[in-house]
Amino acid sequence: MTDLFSKLSLYLSYPFVQYALIVGTLIALCSSLLGVTLVLKRYSFIGDGLSHVAFGAMAIATVMKLNNDMPLTLLITVLCAILLLRTGQNAKIKGDAAIAMISVGSLAIGYLLMSLFPGSSNISGDVCTTLFGSTSILTLSPEEVWLSVGLSIAVVLFFILFYNKIFAVTFDESFTRATGQRAGLYNLIIAVIIAVIIVLAMNLVGSLLISALVIFPALSAMRVFKTFKSVTVCAAIVSVFCALLGMLASILLATPVGSTIVVTDIIVFIIFTVIGKIKGGARS
Amino acid sequence: MAQIQCKQLAVGYDGQKVLSGLDFSVKAGDYLCVIGENGSGKTTLMKTLLGLLKPISGSLSFSDGISRTDIGYLPQQTDVQRDFPASVWEIVLSGCQNKMGAKPFYGKKEKTAALENIHRMKIEDLRRRCYRELSGGQQQRVLLARALCAAGSILLLDEPTAGLDPKAIDEMYALIGSLHDSGITIIMISHDVANAEKYATHILDVGNRVFFGTIDAYRKEREQHD
Repeated sequence: MTDLFSKLSLYLSYPFVQYALIVGTLIALCSSLLGVTLVLKRYSFIGDGLSHVAFGAMAIATVMKLNNDMPLTLLITVLCAILLLRTGQNAKIKGDAAIAMISVGSLAIGYLLMSLFPGSSNISGDVCTTLFGSTSILTLSPEEVWLSVGLSIAVVLFFILFYNKIFAVTFDESFTRATGQRAGLYNLIIAVIIAVIIVLAMNLVGSLLISALVIFPALSAMRVFKTFKSVTVCAAIVSVFCALLGMLASILLATPVGSTIVVTDIIVFIIFTVIGKIKGGARS
Repeated sequence: MAQIQCKQLAVGYDGQKVLSGLDFSVKAGDYLCVIGENGSGKTTLMKTLLGLLKPISGSLSFSDGISRTDIGYLPQQTDVQRDFPASVWEIVLSGCQNKMGAKPFYGKKEKTAALENIHRMKIEDLRRRCYRELSGGQQQRVLLARALCAAGSILLLDEPTAGLDPKAIDEMYALIGSLHDSGITIIMISHDVANAEKYATHILDVGNRVFFGTIDAYRKEREQHD
C-alpha cells in the first residue's frame, strides 16, 4: 500500500501528469454537462457522429503537418455539428441516416488520409491514439493545455448562462418555439458546445469513447435524481470523480487512460442503477 | 373586436394543403373548440396559429392588442417528457422564459408569476415532486401552469384530455372552464364533441363539412343534417 502511494506521489510530481489531471478533470466536467440534454433530446447519435468527424478532421490536420491540430479539428467539427442540426430540421435525408453517412464517411476518409500520407512510421499506433486516446492526455504541449483549459472554462460559462434556456428547449422544443423564443438558436448553441466538448475530449479518451464520457454520467445521475438541476450537478460530480479515479488507476496500473475512465464510468453506472432500484421508482 | 381573424386560410406542410377555406374569428372571452376526425388537420391548424407553420394561402391576423407571443400553449405530451427528470417547479418556471429575453436567470418577477400559477392550478403540494412520477391529470395541470406563465390572455390547448381517465377528464374540463370564467380566451382542439358542446361558446368543425359558428348555430346545423 505504501508502495502504491510513493509510486503515485512520484508520478504526481511530474508536470505532465499534473497537466493531464487538470485538463482531464475540466474535460470530464464539460462533457457531463450536456449529457442529460443529449440523452433526452435523442441527440446521442449526433455526439457519436461528431466524434467520428473529429477523427477525420484530426487526420487532415496531421496530414497537413500542423503543429497544433486542435483549431482545425474544432472548426470542422463545429461546422459539421451545424450541418447535422440543419439536416435534422429539414429531414430531406432523415436525421439518423445523415449522421451515419457523415460519421462513417469521416472515419473512412480519415484512415485513408493517414495511410496515404503517413506522419510517422507507426500508422496503426497513430490511428489507435486518435481512436482510443491512449496516452495523448499525457503528451499535451503547454499550448494545448492552455487551449483546453480556456475552452473548458468557456463551455462551463456558456452552459451556466444558457442553463435555463437549454432546459426549456430540452424539455419541450415546440412550446419554446410556440411562445416566440428562438429555439433554433438554442439548438445551435447546444450543437456548437457539443462539438467543442468532443474535440476537447478526444485528447482524453479518443474519438471512439467520447460518447461514453458524455452519456454515462448523465444516465447514472438520472437513475437516482429527479430534478434537472440535481441530475446535472450529480452528473458533473460523477464525471469528474470517474475521470480522476480512471486517470490515477491508469497511471498506477499502466492501462490506457480512455478505456480505464470509461470502465470506471460503467461501474458507477451499475452502482447507481442498483441504488435507483433500491430507492424505487426511477426509471429511465 | 376579434383577437384572431382568419380569412380563407389554408394550412398544411411543405406547400401541401391539409385544410383550406377557413373563415373564423376569435374574440376576447371566447371558448372555441376545434373538432374533427384524426387527420383532418386540427393540429396543423394549431401549429399555424402558433407560428410554427406558415399559412399556405389566405390571411391570419392578430389584433385587439394581441400578438402571437401572447398565446399560451398546452402541447400534447411527448415521449421525451415522460422520462424527463425535472421538478414541477423547474417546468412551471420555464414558462416565464419568453418574457426574459437574454436574461440568463430567473428573478423575483418570474418566481412570483410561477407561484401564482401553481396556486391557480392547485398544485402547491406537487411543487417539489418529479414530473415523471405524476399522474396524467397532474402533469397536464403542471403544463397548464407553465402555459399561463408564458401568456395570460389566450390559451391554445391541444387535446388536453387525451389519455386521461374519466375523473381526470372531468376535472380538466372544470379547470379549463374556470380559466375561461376568469376572462381567458380558450382555443381547444378536441375530438370529444359531447364535452365541446357542454363548455364551448363557439365551434370550428374541420371535418367533412367545415363549419364555424356559435354553439347554438352548431346544434341547429347538426339537427338539420341528422
